[in-house]
Amino acid sequence: MQQFDLSYKFGFHDNVKPSFILTKGLSEDVIKKISKQKKEPSWMLNFRLSAFKIFNSKKMPGWGADLSGINFDEIYYYIKPTDKKGKTWEEVPLEIKNTFERIGIPQAERKFLAGVGAQYDSESVYHSISKMLSKKGVIFLDTDTALQKYPEIFREYFGKVVPPGDNKFAALNSAVWSGGSFVYVPKNVRVDLPLQAYFRINAKNLGQFERTLIIAEAGSYVHYTEGCTAPIYSTDSLHCGVVEVIVKKGAHVRYTTVQNWSKNVYNLVTKRMFVEEEGRGEWVDANIGSKITMKYPSIYLRGKGATGGLLSLSVAGLGQHQDTGGKMIHLASGTSSVIISKSIGKDVSKTTFRGLIKVVKNAKNCKSKMSCHTLLLDDKSESSSFPTVDVQNNSSKVTHEAVVSSIEENQLFYLRSRGISKEMAENLIIKGFSEPIVKELPLEYAVELNRLIQLEMEK
Amino acid sequence: MLTIKNLSVSIDDKNILNNINLQIKPGKIHVLMGPNGAGKTTLAQILIGNPNFQFSIFNFQLNGKNMVQLSTEKRARMGLFVSFQNPVELEGISVLSFLRAAYNSTFPDKKLHLKEFKEKVKKTLADVLLDESFIGRSVNDGFSGGEKKRLEIVQILILKPKFAVLDEIDSGLDVDNLRNISSIIKNLVKKQKTGILLITHQSHIFKYLRPDFLHILKDGKLIDADCTQTIKKIERYGYAAV
Repeated sequence: MQQFDLSYKFGFHDNVKPSFILTKGLSEDVIKKISKQKKEPSWMLNFRLSAFKIFNSKKMPGWGADLSGINFDEIYYYIKPTDKKGKTWEEVPLEIKNTFERIGIPQAERKFLAGVGAQYDSESVYHSISKMLSKKGVIFLDTDTALQKYPEIFREYFGKVVPPGDNKFAALNSAVWSGGSFVYVPKNVRVDLPLQAYFRINAKNLGQFERTLIIAEAGSYVHYTEGCTAPIYSTDSLHCGVVEVIVKKGAHVRYTTVQNWSKNVYNLVTKRMFVEEEGRGEWVDANIGSKITMKYPSIYLRGKGATGGLLSLSVAGLGQHQDTGGKMIHLASGTSSVIISKSIGKDVSKTTFRGLIKVVKNAKNCKSKMSCHTLLLDDKSESSSFPTVDVQNNSSKVTHEAVVSSIEENQLFYLRSRGISKEMAENLIIKGFSEPIVKELPLEYAVELNRLIQLEMEK
Repeated sequence: MLTIKNLSVSIDDKNILNNINLQIKPGKIHVLMGPNGAGKTTLAQILIGNPNFQFSIFNFQLNGKNMVQLSTEKRARMGLFVSFQNPVELEGISVLSFLRAAYNSTFPDKKLHLKEFKEKVKKTLADVLLDESFIGRSVNDGFSGGEKKRLEIVQILILKPKFAVLDEIDSGLDVDNLRNISSIIKNLVKKQKTGILLITHQSHIFKYLRPDFLHILKDGKLIDADCTQTIKKIERYGYAAV
C-alpha cells in the first residue's frame, strides 16, 4: 500500500453502523439473501442466479491491468447503511449526511440541479427530483425502488444493453447489483439541467455494484453526471458498476463521470449505450482516482444517422493503472462517431488506451475519428495504446491517430520568460492538455477536476 | 540601465558574438540592426536565459543588479521582457489565463480580481487592434504572424517591463499595425521610461519611429553608428556598406 495520501481530501471514513451486513464472500446463498432483503420479484432472483453461474464459468480477463490482487472471498457484497431512505435531505441519517456535506452534495443541489441522488455503500440513501420534472413524467429514482414501482418498463430494458454474459464483471454485477440510478425521460421532454448522482464507498473491503439504467424516449434530452469517492484503507475495495443507456430516435443523452475513488479501489465498469435513428449519445469520462480502472464506454449506433461521442481523460499517478478507452460500433448507415482520449502519466504509473471502431458491412457511409494523446511527465510512467479499426465496407471513412509526448521545453521557456515559475508553467501546460475534456464538464466539476489534477501533479 | 559587457558566444566553434558591450538607457530607443544570421536573436535569447545557448562568462546587469545567475522567470520579474521572433503556441492555455499567471507572478502584491483583470486585458487587446474574443483563444494557436506579434505587445503593456527587447516585432505587420505598434512603443518610452532594444533587419519601422541609438551587428561585432545616415546607407546599399 502506498503512503498515506494527504492531498486526497475525501479519504476520511465515518462510523456509521450499518443496519444490515451480509457475511464476506460470494455464494448462491448470499445472492438469495440480497434478493430477499430487497423483496424482489422471482424473475430478478433468477436473473441474479443465472448471472452468478456465468460469473463462475468465466475466467478472469487474460489482458489489461493486473487484477490478481482481487480476492473475491474477502469482499463484502452487501452492506445496507440504513433502513430509512430519505425523501428530503433532513431525513437522511446525520452521519451519512455529514459525509455527503463534506463532499459537497447538498451544495451541489442548491446549484440548480434538476435532481440529486446519493448512494452510500450498497444502497441509495437519497433521491430527489424537481417537482416540475416529475410532473412532466421524468423519473429519477434509485434502481431498486424503480424495480418495485415500475416493474414493466424495468423488465423491458434491464440487462438488454449489457447482458450478464458480456464479461466476467458484468456477470458479477448482474448477480449482486444494488443501488444505482434509474432515469426515464418521456418523449420530447428536455431536462435542461443535469441530474446528478453521487457514489460513496464507506465500509472497508466493500464491493459496490451499482446498476444504472437510463431510458431517453424519442426526441428527449438528458444530461446525467456522477461522481465517486471513497475513504483510504490499507485493504482494497471493489467497484464494479454496470451502466445501460437507451437513446431512442432523435433523443440526446450525455453521461458525465468524474471518477475520484481513493487509491485502494479496483474500478471495473461496463458502460454501454444503444443509440437509435438520428439520436446522439455522449460519454464524458474523467478518471483520476482508483488503484486500477478498466473501463471502455461503448456506443452502439443502431439507427440511421445516429452519432456518438466519447471524451475520455485519465490521470495516473504513483501506483495507479488507468486502462481506459472506448468503443464505437456502427450498425447503421450514415452514422458517425468521435473518440478523443487524453491521458496524463506521472511517477511509476501506467496509462493504457484501448479503442475500437467497428463498421459492419451494411452500415454504409459512416464516419469515425479516433485520437489518443498521452502526456508523460517523466520517464518513470509507462503508456501504451491499442487502437483497433475494423471497417467492413468501402464507403466509410475512419481515421485514427495516437501521440505520446512530454512537456515541450520551448513552451516551458516561453512561459518562464514571462515571469511564470517552472512549476506553474508545467501546471498550465497540463491544464491546457486536458482542457478539451475539462471544458465539457459542468462548471463545479471542471473546477474540482483542475484542482485534483494540480494536486496529483504536485505530489 | 541595462548593461551587457564582454559577451561572447560561439556555436559549433563559430564565433557568433565577439566581446559585445551594450548599454540600454531607460526612456530611449536603441535599434540593433544586422544581416540575417548575424546573431541578433541569439543576443536577445541569451539575455532572457535561453538554456540552448552557450556563452562565455559575461557581465549583465539590470539597474546594477547582476542578472547572469538568475533564472529566466526571475529575470522577467526584475523587469526584463524579451519578445520572441516566433512566439510559441500554447494549445489549451487561454490568453486570459496565460496573462493572468504572468501578471500575478510579476506583481504578487498587486493581484487583481478576475473581472478587473479581464477588463484590463480587453482594453489592451483593443489597443493593439485585436478583437476581444482573443481573450478566450489558446495563446498563439492558429494566430497569424502579425497577431502573434501584437500579442507580444499586449504582454508588454500588461507586464510593464523596465526594459523590452523587441525581436523583429515589425515583421508580419501590415502598415496600419506597424504605425499603431510604433505609437505604442513611443508612448511606453515617453510615459513609462521603458528602455527599448528594437531588433530588426528592415528599415520600414523608421518611418514611424525615431531611434535614439543605432547599433550594427556584423561579423560578430557591434558597431555604434549614426542613426540617420546609416539607415539611409543600409536602405540603398545593404549591410555591406557599413
